[in-house]
Amino acid sequence: MDRKKLTIALTGNPNSGKTTIFNNLTGACQHVGNYPGVTVERKEGRLKFKDYEIKVIDLPGTYSLTAYSPDEVVARNVIIEEKPNLVVNIVDGTNLERNLYLTMQLKELDIPMVLAVNMADMAEANGQRIDYPLLAELLGMPVVRTIGTRNEGTDELLTKVIDVTEKGLVRTNKQVNYAVEVEDAISRLKGFLPEAKGNGIQMAAGAESISTSDINYPARWLAIKLLEADSEIIKKVKTMPYGGPLLKEAALCREDIRGKLGEDSELAIVDGRYAYIRGATREAISINKIDRVSLTEKIDCVLLNRVLGIPIFLGTMWLLFQLTFTLGAPIMEWIEAGFGVLGEWVGANLNDGLLKSLVVDGMIGGVGGVIVFMPNILLLFLGIAFLEGTGYMARAAFVMDEVMHKVGLHGKSFVPMLIGFGCTVPAVMATRTLENPKDRLVTMLVTPLMSCGARLPIYTLLIGAFFAPQVAGNILFSLYLIGIILALIMAKVFRTWLLPGESEPFVMELPSYRLPTIKAILLHMWERTWLYLKKAGTIILAASIVMWALFTFPMVDQYGNEFSSSEQQVEQSYAGRIGHAIEPVLSPIGFDWKTGTALMAGLAAKEIVVATMGTLYSIEDEEALEEKETATVKTFAERAREQSGYTPFTAYILMLFCLIYVPCLATIAVIKRETNGWKWPLFTIGYTVLLAWVVCFIVYQGGVLLGFQV
Amino acid sequence: MVKTLIELKPGEKARVKRVTAQGTIRRRIVDMGLVPGTEIEMERYAPLGDPVELKLNDYHLSLRKAEADTIILESLEEI
Repeated sequence: MDRKKLTIALTGNPNSGKTTIFNNLTGACQHVGNYPGVTVERKEGRLKFKDYEIKVIDLPGTYSLTAYSPDEVVARNVIIEEKPNLVVNIVDGTNLERNLYLTMQLKELDIPMVLAVNMADMAEANGQRIDYPLLAELLGMPVVRTIGTRNEGTDELLTKVIDVTEKGLVRTNKQVNYAVEVEDAISRLKGFLPEAKGNGIQMAAGAESISTSDINYPARWLAIKLLEADSEIIKKVKTMPYGGPLLKEAALCREDIRGKLGEDSELAIVDGRYAYIRGATREAISINKIDRVSLTEKIDCVLLNRVLGIPIFLGTMWLLFQLTFTLGAPIMEWIEAGFGVLGEWVGANLNDGLLKSLVVDGMIGGVGGVIVFMPNILLLFLGIAFLEGTGYMARAAFVMDEVMHKVGLHGKSFVPMLIGFGCTVPAVMATRTLENPKDRLVTMLVTPLMSCGARLPIYTLLIGAFFAPQVAGNILFSLYLIGIILALIMAKVFRTWLLPGESEPFVMELPSYRLPTIKAILLHMWERTWLYLKKAGTIILAASIVMWALFTFPMVDQYGNEFSSSEQQVEQSYAGRIGHAIEPVLSPIGFDWKTGTALMAGLAAKEIVVATMGTLYSIEDEEALEEKETATVKTFAERAREQSGYTPFTAYILMLFCLIYVPCLATIAVIKRETNGWKWPLFTIGYTVLLAWVVCFIVYQGGVLLGFQV
Repeated sequence: MVKTLIELKPGEKARVKRVTAQGTIRRRIVDMGLVPGTEIEMERYAPLGDPVELKLNDYHLSLRKAEADTIILESLEEI
């Protein structure tokens, strides 16, 4: 049977349960992508219902449809430009007044709508009774009662969707009626539009919309946006052939309203919408207010307590890390062992030579390096998805904002920085929650300074080899701490000199606590992990092959003879030669060419530093390689100490350098993708190397002066 | 005496009279429902003193003191 095709868009406030309904509708049949040019996630899913095949676009959650945030612009542009057959607006039943504010704006876009009053159970528990038919009549659109978390009302919602689509848009006189002065201005502007028609602006059928090039704007909406002085729309109207006079007229109208009402037209319009909503809710909703302190308020009394708030926040973060690293460690060992076995098996079945070396060292090693972090990343995202789903993340931002604000960032910046302890790649992607582009960029630039999971093997090895077990914990902690402090300092520096300007205002909802569904958490976790695998995995694989080539070629010396040892081979390889070339720059911080070469290898992925040093200092000999990995750890550490010529002090400098210098190539690639260009990824490389060098120089030279053994 | 939102103590209620912020911040504030006539209740200050949390229209909103200071209040008795 040939199904009829239908496209619907889901809109709603953040925390309205929109994602849950999207998951209920589409199940696992989802696709996550990006809107072109902006880093707003585009989620789509498909489902079949009755005779229809329905494509569902999950628009970003927004409170309004202004031009100020990319999310809001994307949401309204999808509706105007892609013209879905219908818009489903999901509202939080416990907080109708503010949620309906978006509804009234959507309605002005003149598109068929269905309203889903979600979390109806919670609203009813609060003593709220909604007269659904009356609300539908007052708002001029069908209203469905849904409970997303229990998948109630999904079929009714779909039935209404089909119903409305088949009937088409029914215009009612139910719309926000603004103050007389505003309505007069709207009529004036609307009257101005047909006049512009003959001058190049096309009137769409029904004379209720006008187009610029190929975009149709509903006339009333356009007039309202002009009165709101919407920057996006003004920019678009400017390009219209008759745009100039129209804008002049709009400016006159705005002046006029301000003169008559004593307040600007923007506020008059917002006011009008809220007044209309108050009228409607007063009629359709009877509140038998149960006067009690809500559970959310009780929880917040503890979690946001002036004394307990910060300790609880720190404790939560500590738990998150325990979960990630303690639970993840054994699984990581299995994966490592698995790849070891795979490498051996492939090695045994391939003839010695270039191909074997490429597959075993380059590819299996490279892919293994990506997969080995999967348990950490899955667990970290599981924890973060849970904290986000319950509503605690907003509280964490609330608690931390003062600290973040001092260095010119936003309370929300701390989430990506936190993820940065796990892996910088998803952390950079997580900066998308920041609306202000400057806040976002600065957060992205400093996130690599948060010591990621891949740097841990370097620390573990060097600390194990050079420091007594009693101080090991403190040394490790000092590295993490230095990373955090540098990140805060650099944020302040960037925000003051590189990207000065207002930071995003902190006007944020603290949503009610709720228990997220397991399905929602798992889907969220998987989405992010998959992005990491896809984006980071491919790049790390490519980078490991390049690194493999740099370390493998040339295979013979200038006379065509093979090298006598692997150490010599590496020294003569392209990588070794680069290491030699940069030695003069590294000697002021106490490194020789071998360290330089190892650091270069670390560009592909930080954990490679250790392996490369192993080769360069001939720490691992042929026999050691044959032994089981666990057995070699100790001897490896011992040999590192004996053969590298490092002292604890120089080992610490090396760790410091590893902490600060260039995040791995995958991070660079993600920054490039998120900023749409090469400028910021290159800047990140430059500043991190410079910062690493400067910090190490100060510490090294200081240490030398103080008489530390080098 | 003009009273702004930061002068409200936790537990106190008032009504929004005017928003003096300009530009983007103003739009954000009014979009969230802080329009003249809205009743609000101060909930608490963050542990480090900034931002503040308030309750309006049955939901909880947090904003920094700098923004809260642009919201001019009137007491509930005034009409």
